[in-house]
Amino acid sequence: MSEENNSLDPRIQRLDLPQGESTVKPNEYWGTFEVFLQEKRGKHHQHVGSLHAPDQDMALIFAKEQYGRRGRCVNMWVVKTTDIVAFQLEDEDMFATTPDKTHREAGIYKVRDRIQEYQERQKNA
Amino acid sequence: MYGGGYIHQEESTKKQPEAVVEDPAKLAEFQARIDRGEKIEPHDWMPTMYRKQLIRMIEQHAHSEIIGSLPEGTWITRAPNFKRKMALIAKVQDEIGHGHLLYTACETLGKPREQMINDLLSGKSKYSNVFNYPAVTWADVTVIGFLIDAAAIVNQLANSKGSYGPYCRALERICAEEAFHLKQGHDAFVFLATGTQQQRDMLQAAVNRWYKPIIHFFGPSDKESVHSEQLMRWKVKMASNDDMRNQFFDMYVPKVREVGIDFPDPNLKKDPETGKWSFSDPDWDEFYEVIKGNGPCNAERLAVRKWAEETGLWVRQALATPYTKTTVPLA
Repeated sequence: MSEENNSLDPRIQRLDLPQGESTVKPNEYWGTFEVFLQEKRGKHHQHVGSLHAPDQDMALIFAKEQYGRRGRCVNMWVVKTTDIVAFQLEDEDMFATTPDKTHREAGIYKVRDRIQEYQERQKNA
Repeated sequence: MYGGGYIHQEESTKKQPEAVVEDPAKLAEFQARIDRGEKIEPHDWMPTMYRKQLIRMIEQHAHSEIIGSLPEGTWITRAPNFKRKMALIAKVQDEIGHGHLLYTACETLGKPREQMINDLLSGKSKYSNVFNYPAVTWADVTVIGFLIDAAAIVNQLANSKGSYGPYCRALERICAEEAFHLKQGHDAFVFLATGTQQQRDMLQAAVNRWYKPIIHFFGPSDKESVHSEQLMRWKVKMASNDDMRNQFFDMYVPKVREVGIDFPDPNLKKDPETGKWSFSDPDWDEFYEVIKGNGPCNAERLAVRKWAEETGLWVRQALATPYTKTTVPLA
């Protein structure tokens, strides 16, 4: 293809670009933080994603850049990913019967029939 | 912006299929979970092949975002007015942000970000071929912003319905931002197309330059590939290259033609019976040459990326030890 490339990129024209290999060392880009965003006062902070940062302060700055560029936001939390404790995914069956525990829900407590029947009985007594 | 519409397969893996033998029971359970529409999360069991293919795909996508911002970034200082300049800065920042989102998504599969960057710099990892072409005029920037982003959205919307949770979540966010990229690109494109004759000529010339790379973007026909079929069953690949290319033509040929611009191909036609677009041979040899590193800008893109890595090193080092005390000499 084109051997003589008259680049339009100012970096190509004006900089002394490095020759040869350049290598990034392990962990040079630090660990990750999880980001939680609060859209509105009074709402929960919600997990929106993760990012790389050297420490908590920088994580907040990066969080604003990465997750707060548009849309509503009033506050953010950042938490080191390694500080998050979670259940094992294969243990999800321990929640399997939870939806069956209807005695914990308002919907199954129905009294209207009984009241009507009682009132009928009173009337006929 | 841009997923690798086409995910490049290294020669070595093309020749020898993976030798890993998976536990059939686990494999069946895995397939059943995907068929039920459940997402796979980082700590779930997954076939080695699934993991490898996803790493390759997400990594190439991440690199494409970062490298993809270079041809446009070049034009920030030369945008025709303040409004376009603000939009271009915002877009380029989004692309870099997408790269970061994808690097963290890819890391959940076990490949560290540093290693991905090293593989990019050494030329081992690929990125989308289109970014090895130059943006010669401002009209090229509008064609990239409109048509290349449009092509990327076709690809990314499909992939966001895939099976790997972290990749899907990243893509949902990316697609939301791409909507702005596409609109601002369309706006700039229409502005030139409805302008003076000189502006129209400039735009048509740019469309002519980008026609082949746009067809290449979706990759060669993969209808016959067995490999591709397996990946579609696992919802790693969500649509065939041909189907995505066809969808792109369906959506965007009318939008180009309605402003009196056209693709430079007399054979670009839709068969009303089959709904399929046909087009002239886009020179797939050129496509493979560019992948091999012989495109007009391959060396330049990597040189700029290396420069960024090296000049940023002192910042990363300073951030790693932000509380280092220095003593100022008294005299």
